[in-house]
Amino acid sequence: MSIVEFFTDLFNPDLAFLAKALAIAVMASIVCGVIGCYVVLRGMAFIGDAVAHAVFPGLAVAFVISGNLIVGGTVAGVVTAILVAAFSQNRRLKEDSIIGIFFVAAFALGIVIISQAPGYAGSLQQFLFGSITGIPDSDLIIVALMGLVVLGIAFGLHKEFVAVTLDREMARALGLKVFWLDLTLYVLVTLAVVISVQTIGNILVLALLITPAATARLLSDRLGVMMTLAPVIGAVGAFLGLYISWTWDTPTGGTIVLVLTAIFLFAWLFAPRHGVVARRRRGGPASAREADSADTEITHTPSPVGPARETI
Amino acid sequence: MTDPSALQVENLHLDLGGRRVLTGVELSVDRGELVGLIGPNGAGKTTLMRAVLGLLRPVDGRILVGGRAAKAGRTGIGYVPQRHEFAWDFPISVEGTVMTGRTGGLRLGRRPGEEDWRAVADALDRVRMSELRTRPVGELSGGQRQRVLVARALAGQPSVLLLDEPFTGLDMPTVELLTDLFVSLAREGHAVLMTTHDIAGALHSCDRLALLNRWVVASGCPDELRDDEVWMRAFGVSQTNPLLKIVKAA
Repeated sequence: MSIVEFFTDLFNPDLAFLAKALAIAVMASIVCGVIGCYVVLRGMAFIGDAVAHAVFPGLAVAFVISGNLIVGGTVAGVVTAILVAAFSQNRRLKEDSIIGIFFVAAFALGIVIISQAPGYAGSLQQFLFGSITGIPDSDLIIVALMGLVVLGIAFGLHKEFVAVTLDREMARALGLKVFWLDLTLYVLVTLAVVISVQTIGNILVLALLITPAATARLLSDRLGVMMTLAPVIGAVGAFLGLYISWTWDTPTGGTIVLVLTAIFLFAWLFAPRHGVVARRRRGGPASAREADSADTEITHTPSPVGPARETI
Repeated sequence: MTDPSALQVENLHLDLGGRRVLTGVELSVDRGELVGLIGPNGAGKTTLMRAVLGLLRPVDGRILVGGRAAKAGRTGIGYVPQRHEFAWDFPISVEGTVMTGRTGGLRLGRRPGEEDWRAVADALDRVRMSELRTRPVGELSGGQRQRVLVARALAGQPSVLLLDEPFTGLDMPTVELLTDLFVSLAREGHAVLMTTHDIAGALHSCDRLALLNRWVVASGCPDELRDDEVWMRAFGVSQTNPLLKIVKAA
């Protein structure tokens, strides 16, 4: 199918669901792209994964009682984030263990709940892998409003998030409430996940959060540029993914993820400064300047849940 | 002197993870002074600094910064942590990093103004990093990184400066540049407290030293600390340890 035919279908009133799916996918990838930058820079991809899974029982409950999926998912995700934060106060267990316990438990709870609904297999698949059909009009407005709220909060707290990511101890010394900032960030991640779950699915949503932001990081050493590029990459990936999935009748969520992964691999190879090809051309795996700083410095490498471990 | 010390630690007792780490620590740093805090690993040097920053709650005793009880968020203290505490892989420029020392803790939503940028420029000037101000911090050498952290602390225009092992892993020229900077900051009226393992350097450049091993074993100007006994007690080393030769020679 040519791109022109795709646009024709997009504006075909009989295929209204397609335009709605595109709108939601693009909005979701913009929000995820911005929030994903914090997730990638803080090395908290595991928390993103956890929240994505934790949203599931909320979706299940909402589905069983015919409530709003977005509200259900939000409540479950936020409750899990708070539980993780609270239980991690026990210093005997590291935070990644706590996350491992709670997100699988939340997912298990979701499966048990949704099995109570008649004919659940189909809806289960829809939750896990996403679906572009059956999005109510009201969700468009909810996603748009929630997206604006999430971006607004991120913009307002940007300076603080950066300070906490750079140097937690210093942030504390400056009087920032590090624990509350962490919790706020978890909630923002939850909201970004919830508005994306419908089209892309519960399991694949992590890619929307991580892949565009990681790609943007390869392309820029400036935070502002990175946070502009990531949502653009996400939105392009969502558009191309939907186009390809509509043309070849492939699952939408999976196709969007594969397109984003292809963009990431391309950047990994050909990024102007940090790509494999550029580095080879400069000679050696790292540039001279990087090698120079590496020999005198133990570079800070955050562990998967690094920055959050201490707080929580 | 009627003027209270810029930094005053009185009878400080502090627990960490259920263990007493500091016992009855007494320490003061006046404006214009560079004080070296010296002791073995685990002596409580970094803990003492964190307490001064208001990040740890003492069991007993008190800490006064400019005459007021230490508390997180209080302006007037500049802190230079050990270099590995900072996320050097973060995509941020040198001047952006220095600005976080100024605006990081200020009101929500506040954007840096002209005065803030001037303070950042001055701080970068002091550490001679003005030319690299737009460079991403990930591309800096170890010495340049240390200077950025010092500039970040200076950007808040503090009266008390806490330096946690600022020389670790640095080459001689950088150590010299930083030492000169710390001495001149002290002469301009800052109260500077610095932990270091470079004992010869500290004996040479600090106005006073405090030997810490859970409490202040001895303190005074370098000439008052010629006695082998106090060094042996502070570090728990024997009479034949080369450390004592360093102390004698300095």
